Amino acid sequence: MSDALQPQTFRVTRADLVRYAGASGDFNPIHWSERVATGVGLPGVIAHGMFTMALVGRAVTAWAGTGDTVKEFFVRFSRPVPVPDTDEGTEVVVTATVKEVTEDGDTRLALTATCNGDKVLSLAQALVGKR
Amino acid sequence: MPLDQTFAGRTWPPTDTYLVGREKIREFARAIGATEAEYHDPEAARALGYPDVVAPPTFPVTITMSANRQVVNDPALGLDYTRVVHGEQRFAYTRPLVAGDEVVCVNTVDEITTRGGHWFITIRTEVRTEAGEPIVTAWSKLVQRGEGS
Repeated sequence: MSDALQPQTFRVTRADLVRYAGASGDFNPIHWSERVATGVGLPGVIAHGMFTMALVGRAVTAWAGTGDTVKEFFVRFSRPVPVPDTDEGTEVVVTATVKEVTEDGDTRLALTATCNGDKVLSLAQALVGKR
Repeated sequence: MPLDQTFAGRTWPPTDTYLVGREKIREFARAIGATEAEYHDPEAARALGYPDVVAPPTFPVTITMSANRQVVNDPALGLDYTRVVHGEQRFAYTRPLVAGDEVVCVNTVDEITTRGGHWFITIRTEVRTEAGEPIVTAWSKLVQRGEGS
């Protein structure tokens, strides 16, 4: 586990959502169709919640390093991540603080993810320890 | 539309076997931008003690989401999928999924609740090998938003 839990920033574009839809099998049109997304009251096309969770997972595994593995992982999706149809898309910033070190030597991280300054997850956490 | 609360506590028969593929793991890792060698290179995975490439932590949802259709597509449940958003997701891992694993999913509805016109259903999905070795348990909490929200 890295001592310095530097915030990690991930860029998200429409192309990323299309690719994630194909790889995950989640073809819900709110993740690729502006018409459907606005029709159900969303501000526009939004990222798959599980894509956001995957980005948080990337941050956690990067902090953990190859010697450690993720043992538990939890997120609550509190706010959507709108992804505009631009080359830049949007950004998700992931931060972590160490919440506890368990008797087994595992580390529990408290996690946040923000987009445009808004927290998009709540109560997110991961337990990381030796493989 | 209200959900049928008698679904809470029910467990479904194991799903058909799913063979975790090396190229599927690589495709998923590329889609989330994960470049760690153990997701792509069998040799790097073997160096960490695994028989083949390892799946990233959220990969199991590609299997469990499809397994959950057993529950959510049952018309008797009354779920209007056009009003559903993902509320929470939890994973507890015994080990990562690895290419070559042949797994089945066992779905149980842990809880159905309602509040403020919204309905909440938590589906627990145990992913195990055909021989019964537990690999990962996933809990998906889905929210059916109330009318006019």
